[in-house]
Amino acid sequence: MVAVIAPGIVGPMSERLEELLRAAFPDAQEVDVLDRTGGGDHFHVTVVDGSFAGLSLVAQHRLVYDALAQPLRDGTIHELRITTKGGA
Amino acid sequence: MSQLRDRIKDTIEQEPVVAFIKGTHEQVFCGNSDRALQALRGVGAGFAAVDVLPDPRIREELSAVSDWPTIPQVFVAGELVGGADIVQELAMTGQLEATLDEKLGQTWRRPGDERTVSVTDGPGLRLVPGG
Repeated sequence: MVAVIAPGIVGPMSERLEELLRAAFPDAQEVDVLDRTGGGDHFHVTVVDGSFAGLSLVAQHRLVYDALAQPLRDGTIHELRITTKGGA
Repeated sequence: MSQLRDRIKDTIEQEPVVAFIKGTHEQVFCGNSDRALQALRGVGAGFAAVDVLPDPRIREELSAVSDWPTIPQVFVAGELVGGADIVQELAMTGQLEATLDEKLGQTWRRPGDERTVSVTDGPGLRLVPGG
């Protein structure tokens, strides 16, 4: 039997994604990584960063994709949902 | 390969609203693709869909054209509006209708006018044996 981590529990992949996002958005007010299924490959990431202000949502999401390019390319991320906000 | 890319570009430029999805408008095989189509339907937009599943090169060429790594991708008047998350968010805040109005006038209000088009066969792309 393979132990399945419950959704929302922080696993090693979640931590890796959060590290990549923190590195790309060092001044972010919020960086959150949710493992949607507990399987370590379906994620919902949220980034709130003042530097997003004035950028289109497409441009904001592109910055997040850029930050996570490696795990997207090597297939460790099967599905990625993104929420971005420009902050207060 | 470049022929396929040209077909993708032509489709993006010629279709007022086009969604590249996994599946067809009648049978969607991905929750995110479905979210994007539901957002378009929610505002009463007509759209063309392109199924990326028949050939992995479609997705590769599309991402090269759009600089966007994931499926679905929704284009309006030749411009990438977003993936599922953005299109859904725009729909919820009323900005999707505003975007469609801005880019297409009132011509996009065609509820139920949905079809799936191919970028891999038809008159624009011919496979040459040994070519």
